[in-house]
Amino acid sequence: MFKRLFSLEWKSFFRSASLGKSIGLKILMGFFALYFTVAFLFFGIGLYPLIIKYFPGQEPMFFVNRFVLVWLVMELGYRFLLQNLPITNIKPLMLLPIKKRKVVNFVLIKSLYSFFNFLPLLIIIPFGIYNIYEGAFGTLNILAWMLAMIGLTLSVNFGNFIIKKNFTDNIKALIPVVAIIAVLGLLDYFKIFETSVWFGKGLNEILENPLLALIPALIFAFFFKYNQKDLENKFYLDATLKEEVKDANTKEFLWTRRFGELAPYLQLDLKMIWRNKRPKTTVYISILFLAYGLIFYGNDSYNEMPAFFIFVGIFITGIFMINFGQFIPAWDAGYFPLIMAQNIPLRKYLTAKAGLITVSVVVLAILSTPYLYFGWKILLMNMVCAVYNIGVNIPILLYAGSFNRKKIDLDKSPFMNYQGMGATQWIVGLPLMIMPILIFWIFNKFISFEAGITALFVLGMLGLIFRERAIGFVAQRYKKQKYAMIEGFKQSGE
Amino acid sequence: MITATNLTKVYKGTTVLNIEHLDIPMGQSMGLVGNNGAGKTTFFSMLLDLIQPTTGNIFNNEITVSQNEEWKSFTSSFIDESFLIGYLTPEEYFYFIGDLRQQNKADVDALLLTFEDFFHDEILGKRKYLRDLSKGNQKKVGIVAALIGDPKVIILDEPFANLDPTTQIRLKKIIKDITAQKETTILISSHDLIHITEVCERIVVLDKGDLVKDLMTSMATLDELETYFSKDLTMKE
Repeated sequence: MFKRLFSLEWKSFFRSASLGKSIGLKILMGFFALYFTVAFLFFGIGLYPLIIKYFPGQEPMFFVNRFVLVWLVMELGYRFLLQNLPITNIKPLMLLPIKKRKVVNFVLIKSLYSFFNFLPLLIIIPFGIYNIYEGAFGTLNILAWMLAMIGLTLSVNFGNFIIKKNFTDNIKALIPVVAIIAVLGLLDYFKIFETSVWFGKGLNEILENPLLALIPALIFAFFFKYNQKDLENKFYLDATLKEEVKDANTKEFLWTRRFGELAPYLQLDLKMIWRNKRPKTTVYISILFLAYGLIFYGNDSYNEMPAFFIFVGIFITGIFMINFGQFIPAWDAGYFPLIMAQNIPLRKYLTAKAGLITVSVVVLAILSTPYLYFGWKILLMNMVCAVYNIGVNIPILLYAGSFNRKKIDLDKSPFMNYQGMGATQWIVGLPLMIMPILIFWIFNKFISFEAGITALFVLGMLGLIFRERAIGFVAQRYKKQKYAMIEGFKQSGE
Repeated sequence: MITATNLTKVYKGTTVLNIEHLDIPMGQSMGLVGNNGAGKTTFFSMLLDLIQPTTGNIFNNEITVSQNEEWKSFTSSFIDESFLIGYLTPEEYFYFIGDLRQQNKADVDALLLTFEDFFHDEILGKRKYLRDLSKGNQKKVGIVAALIGDPKVIILDEPFANLDPTTQIRLKKIIKDITAQKETTILISSHDLIHITEVCERIVVLDKGDLVKDLMTSMATLDELETYFSKDLTMKE
């Protein structure tokens, strides 16, 4: 039976509509995987000699144990962001004469084959073997330690699913958990109460008494059982498989009324952003990226190259523009035929999108004013970048949008999500970023800083003045491409 | 009102639609029937300029649909769930469509009031997004949204599918009421021969893209259609 379930899984992967289309992306991911594999493996092999060399006098095994807890917490963090329990495709199996327990076990065991579980092995096993070779501890004791570590990793694997299931719908409930971790982390950092040291001492005990390795193994078994029971109880259409129906948020965005005939479109876009996971997260990311400047402005080594600050300025004021704009009109892919068949002139549709992005650039520009702390030049550059974004980059992005053919699922998280990505997204990045830097660099180099600033400002203003015409041009282009877009958005590619 | 001339659509060498001439006068209600793959949805999609004809043209009130967008202001349609916006509540969706058709909130509310029976208390005021409604209820929303703003042309693709019996009967009444006024051109496709002969004054049968029958509905039409669609069976017997 397991064999059959695996063959189903295999087919679903190779027969998916997107396999051929995104093969380039797969290769890229393959390179990433290879890179991490090699990096972890070298780290695992080199860990023992490295500790001997840089921390002489330390017993490497004890030294490593001291940091295991920190690693586990980090692991939990990135697993929480990136890893999902593959549960959605068990629905068709519910009607077939397969025992529940079997399907549930299949889902759980399949999750063990995740790349996230493979990486720690690359450190644990070489490091363990190195220790056996060095002979500081008995072979059996090291094997017990390795078993304990694998048990802990897998506990994190299943613990993450429990956390995810209970908290994804209710992110706020996660705050106490994060707070506890933060408090323990701070206490640790200030050496008031070092949880990680105590945890490490516990692991050291395993080397004295190998039987203690059973504890992590038991924790793992407990988490596995818990997941199993939980899934079995939820093995009904109306439980986890069908998303919980939440009370609709009926915020009206009435203030958009003042934009007259563009109001319905703006309202729709705001609701789209506010009520769907992927665009919503995009907004949060944009706000986080406001802090991007701190990395560069405080760093003296960039002060020689003001052109670099143009890059930062375009990025800070335009991060929402880039993240949101590059997928226009794929955000509306789910109802694109409606947009095309209803009484919606393309010109108005595009003007509304441009308006929304303009507002975002203005808001981000205002929020970035505290960078005045780093000097008025920085502030001035950011403001000019905002004008350039509004005038020149918005029409460029809208134009690039007419090449979009890939649908976006609004409900998926944007982390590590390449849905909707195509060659367009990579190519459009160049003119957006490189052009303003180049223009500024030339004027700054051969005339003066002020000339560079003025050049960008004038270009931005020109773009604003000719926006109507630019949008008219883009609308023509959309009209030509609309059949291909409708066709493309119908495909449910990843 | 609607004229198609020399209309063909060819996908990779296969002709999926081939209509030499079809003329639908203003105020007529036309039913489109045919088995799967007959070209019904293809025809509707071309009429809405969602796909491009390989040859020929469609005129909607003398406007070439692929060249001018003016027809959009008096044409409304519901083809499938890609005409719904999943993250809106039914009310918001109706108001949005209303906005696009120059109907204010009060106009839309007044119209919705006349569909209270049709909604059967399952649509309005439920604080649910469209994506969370059942297929049948989604269809109800789509159909009613297509009636907002006094359109001159209404296109409904399989409106009876997925509806419960009570709603089917109510929908028939709604369509009959509209056709009785002789002001609106309605195009409907359906697999249900009884329903469609009941509400349409003219039935057009498509078979693998070809227009094979064009009948004005009479008492004999249902029989004729049933004989036509069972001909494969009788031939085998």
